[in-house]
Amino acid sequence: MKDEKKFQILAHAVLILLSVCAILPMALMIISSFTDNDLLIAEGYKFLPSKWSVYAYEYIFSTGNSVVRAYGVSVLLTLVGTLLSLSITTMLAYAISKPDIPGKGIITFFIVFSMLFNGGLVPTYMIYTNVFSIKNTFAALLIPGLLMNAFNIMLMKSYFVSSIPAEILDAAYIDGAGETVTFLRIVIPLSKPILATIALFAGIAYWNDWMNGYIYITKRTDLYSVQNLLNRMMQNIQFLSQSSSNVQNATAGLAAIPLASVRMAMAAVGILPILVMYPFVQKYFVKGITLGGVKG
Amino acid sequence: MSRKKESLNDKKTLKKRLIRYIPLYIMALPGLIYLFINNYMPLPGLVLAFKKYNAKKGIFGSENVGFKNFKYLFATKDAFVITRNTICYNLAFIVVNTILAIFVAILLSEMLSKLKNLYQCLILLPYMISMVIVSYLVYGFLSTDNGFLNNTLLPLFGKDPINWYMEKKYWPFLLTFVNAWKVVGYNSIIYISTILGIDRGIYESAAIDGAGKWMQIRKITIPLLKPTVIMMTLLAIGRIFYSDFGLFYQVPQNQGALFAVTNTIDTYVYRGLLELGNMSMASAAGLYQSVVGFVLILGANFLVRKFDRDSALF
Repeated sequence: MKDEKKFQILAHAVLILLSVCAILPMALMIISSFTDNDLLIAEGYKFLPSKWSVYAYEYIFSTGNSVVRAYGVSVLLTLVGTLLSLSITTMLAYAISKPDIPGKGIITFFIVFSMLFNGGLVPTYMIYTNVFSIKNTFAALLIPGLLMNAFNIMLMKSYFVSSIPAEILDAAYIDGAGETVTFLRIVIPLSKPILATIALFAGIAYWNDWMNGYIYITKRTDLYSVQNLLNRMMQNIQFLSQSSSNVQNATAGLAAIPLASVRMAMAAVGILPILVMYPFVQKYFVKGITLGGVKG
Repeated sequence: MSRKKESLNDKKTLKKRLIRYIPLYIMALPGLIYLFINNYMPLPGLVLAFKKYNAKKGIFGSENVGFKNFKYLFATKDAFVITRNTICYNLAFIVVNTILAIFVAILLSEMLSKLKNLYQCLILLPYMISMVIVSYLVYGFLSTDNGFLNNTLLPLFGKDPINWYMEKKYWPFLLTFVNAWKVVGYNSIIYISTILGIDRGIYESAAIDGAGKWMQIRKITIPLLKPTVIMMTLLAIGRIFYSDFGLFYQVPQNQGALFAVTNTIDTYVYRGLLELGNMSMASAAGLYQSVVGFVLILGANFLVRKFDRDSALF
């Protein structure tokens, strides 16, 4: 009994420490975004600044048209991407969940093999730019890599197999319901937990993706998502700090790069939707990881 | 006679099933087309590794050069550096993340208080954040001019500021730390689900026999986690030739001074393709990764299958 109590106290102490470690960097970012910029330059990013300011946010939402626009692109991308991804994943997963569908083996192999062997960046880039010409279009953010993956299909398929009683589906068939009707009226309503999980996986992947924009959006900066904008900004800062030996260049550039507090405010704005949604969706996320088990 | 009848019957039901499932084939089509475009159409492009790429002639019109690209690639120091970095970082990640994840999983699953949900929620949070934002978070601490370390922490101990983004000796530790920070919460969930599956009766009878908490964890929980650990490790080894591009590209901010310790196969291929325009090297390194990666995944899956069929990928 005494042993148990000691363990509990120790466990609390360690877990509090780890939780603080997990959120400390985000705390620094958010605090810095509310810190007076002159203070930041003098004393650096701090957890307890002596002077606060909301200037960074005023700046972003008054002059920063590009931020608002990038936000719009990210929101649209996430909505469209999640919806498309969820529909094609569900439909394909349901088809291969039927134990007696002819061609099941071949289709499953086609899906699983895509997980094991891939062409990698170079050939993929060639196909998307030369054959489909999606460079500098919205489709470049939406399609390459993100739209669907074998892992989500297999996860969903195993849910269909294990959690939807075959008797119900058989009964519907005997009553004369076609496959489409059964899918829409019976399977979908019974699959809400897995639909929520897959939607969540897809949504987070779309909101966080910066690579497609980085690779395929080279000219149309109006198509930048929040992540791409942040990425570009950080690169500019690095570029200027590297070439700062050239004094003239540096002073000319300083006007163009955002202030130290504005940078952090932009990152905070980029993370905001995740922080707001997270408490509500975390449950589904954990469930999904548990379902995926070691395969994740 | 009866067999003939049966196969006739089979044919009949096959036709029936085909007709019955037509709507499902149509439903499966968009997903299959996407997989074909995204995962299969690029495969023939792998031959680029054996060609001298000429944009005007296209992939298949370009001149064949045999294994020349590979000869060049492996003659440079790069081939060794990127292979070493990719494998060594992955090994470090496997060891560090496994130990930390099991540690967190045991603490969380043994916790009686409701607070455990809050702890789990917070520890998992970093997993949700994009690498671009992680690079900002790291910058907040490491920035030479404004960073927390140089301005607050190091002066506290009377140390001089460090030019973090120029000094490569710190980065193996920094990257291992950032990676652990990001993924330990995720990995621990998998171990928690194994621990929750352990029969509580075992613990109760151990407690009656006088085994303390520490003894129970050491003699029951950890041995019973072994199969999961082995499985997770094998699958991670199957992916040892792949690296998290964002971690190695964004977090060190693509700094040339750090390439010796941050360049992995993925970042090398990316730079070859889009920054240096060195298509031959990029495609040779890409094929090298695809082929070795494929062999490793097959090998790992073979072992997993022997060990526990249900956990195998296929």
